[in-house]
Amino acid sequence: MKIAVCIKQVPDSEARLRVAADGRWIDEEELPFVINESDQYAVEEALTIAEQTGGEVVVISLGPERVREALRKALAQGASRAVHLSDPAFAGGDALATGRALAAAVRREEADLVLTGSQSSDLGYGATGSVLAGELGWPHAWLVMGVELDAAAGEVVFVREMEAGLNERARMPLPAVIEVQAGINTPRYASLKGIMQAKRKEIAAVGPGDLGLSPDRVGAAGSGLELLAIREPEASGEVEMLEGDAAEVARRLVEKLRTEARVI
Amino acid sequence: MPERIWAVPQLKGGALAPAGREALAAARRVAELLGGSAEAVLLHSGATAAREEIAALDLAAAHEADAAVFSSYTPGVWVGALAQAIAAHAPRVVILPHSYQTVDFLPRLAQELQAPLVPEAVSVRRGDGGLIWTRPVLGGKLLADVRARGEGPLLVSVQAGAFPADGVGAGDTPLSPLELDLDRLEPGRQVVGVEEAGEDQIDLSQAERIVAVGRGVGGEEKLGPVRELAEALGAELGASRPVIDSGWLPRDRQIGSSGQTVAPKLYLALGISGAIQHQVGMKGSQVVVAVNKDRNAPIFAEARYGVVGDLHEIVPELTAALRESG
Ligand SMILES: Cc1cc2nc3c(=O)[nH]c(=O)nc-3n(C[C@H](O)[C@H](O)[C@H](O)COP(=O)(O)OP(=O)(O)OC[C@H]3O[C@@H](n4cnc5c(N)ncnc54)[C@H](O)[C@@H]3O)c2cc1C
Ligand SMILES: Nc1ncnc2c1ncn2[C@@H]1O[C@H](COP(=O)(O)O)[C@@H](O)[C@H]1O
Repeated sequence: MKIAVCIKQVPDSEARLRVAADGRWIDEEELPFVINESDQYAVEEALTIAEQTGGEVVVISLGPERVREALRKALAQGASRAVHLSDPAFAGGDALATGRALAAAVRREEADLVLTGSQSSDLGYGATGSVLAGELGWPHAWLVMGVELDAAAGEVVFVREMEAGLNERARMPLPAVIEVQAGINTPRYASLKGIMQAKRKEIAAVGPGDLGLSPDRVGAAGSGLELLAIREPEASGEVEMLEGDAAEVARRLVEKLRTEARVI
Repeated sequence: MPERIWAVPQLKGGALAPAGREALAAARRVAELLGGSAEAVLLHSGATAAREEIAALDLAAAHEADAAVFSSYTPGVWVGALAQAIAAHAPRVVILPHSYQTVDFLPRLAQELQAPLVPEAVSVRRGDGGLIWTRPVLGGKLLADVRARGEGPLLVSVQAGAFPADGVGAGDTPLSPLELDLDRLEPGRQVVGVEEAGEDQIDLSQAERIVAVGRGVGGEEKLGPVRELAEALGAELGASRPVIDSGWLPRDRQIGSSGQTVAPKLYLALGISGAIQHQVGMKGSQVVVAVNKDRNAPIFAEARYGVVGDLHEIVPELTAALRESG
């Protein structure tokens, strides 16, 4: 079984974010990047399934040069190959354009199963994996917290999170797209050997032409949404900030909670 | 003919879910901005209460399909039914609540119709070249203004609480049947059953005080001083999702949209950024105190008192101050 995993590289959640000079996105200079959280879990889930079924894992990422680092990390964890949608034409896509491009890459790989994360921490569409599934005409499930293959039936059984602490258990035929939610497993660390081997593994750079797509169907040009500007939310202004050294701040806070807010 | 602005409310137990009403309010607002007519689309199976509620609202029209296939959710049925309805009536904008269920199928509908999708809108205004929607990005630390290309249909999901339900008033909405070819609908998955996510041993909903930790705590081995503080306060421990996902605390301590909903007198948030999925679980707290090393963390917008600093320095001092004065 060949499993494709789509991973996105996103700013580290700890990073200080600054709006870029053009006001349209953040300044990426010196920003630390990581693999999107739920995508890390998707990689682990794919590696586990591949181990159980004797399959292989191909990781796919769309983004600038820096995403090779994310792909390299997944290769070190055990993926066999990587595909990098590297052409600048892919940049600035909404979920429709990015899902379309990723689907074309999956088609070229002839994968039997696709895993993605549920939501990216930067654009946060929660949509790209489902769009990808639609492009391929495959069934999908979003927010998946459990996966089991039923090889005999040619189906995948999954557990999907619903609101209010409930889970849905369901089945769908393969090939399918599973959008993994964070917490489904415990991602492994790359071994030293894995890191060494990853250096020799292939990262294939592809452009729209290689995927049979015209450049105006991908990236900003192929998108239905235009990102006009980003900005900081207005401060709500109600918060009272306590400043000073830790001991002093602690003493004043306790006093306020006792006498002003009366909650302790 | 005025442009149609559709809302597809979600139902709960045969009645309108609160988020469903908010989607109707959002449609009302967009109809005002565009000079269009706000209409509801109701996919249901014998939901008498929801029909009556909609009939008593101030909308231009409601289209309903009452059939057994709509008695429980599957993505294929919802996508197929809405795609047919949209093709037949050509609404300009279609608005749904942003919920786990709608996020499961809405992108699929967008792909099928090749229609732009604005997920999780928090506001809308009229701007150059059409409607400008605002949505959170980067964990709510920043807001993005986006505009859709083309003449529609445009699909939008609205964040809970962004469009207050009272935006649509009382009135008299005519209901008419929605013609659908039900035989063409395919569920896309076979639901086996619904189960409890976890053994919720601890009920945090009644806790008077909660000390909640986020990823900023840095690891399970660093929880000791936090536990001492909780004890000094007589508080329960809670956590954001990444803390649970990393195995630092058990799942029944999770607060948020996929965890518990709490409403304590005091909620002390330590190293929690305040993403929307966390906020929905704790916004009913009476007094929120946030300790975070990043002054721009969204949690401060929810807080009454804020401290910018390292939680590992503040926490032991807080415990000491409580013990001293207690
Ligand atoms: C469908 C879905 C459902 C979800 N459900 C939930 C849910 O139920 N509950 C939930 O919480 N999340 C949920 N999430 C995840 C949510 O989107 C956020 O990713 C999560 O809440 C972030 O957790 P955090 O604030 O602990 O981590 P981060 O966002 O990484 O924030 C860590 C914070 O700690 C601060 N910090 C770091 N070190 C220190 C220090 N030494 N001292 C002080 N501050 C420090 C940082 O400045 C930062 O603000 C869900 C996500 C999805 C997609
Ligand atoms: N540029 C990208 N490269 C690879 N995968 C992506 C990319 N963008 C989104 N994805 C995948 O789609 C999921 C959902 O992303 P989003 O729709 O942006 O919330 C992510 O968790 C990734 O698995």
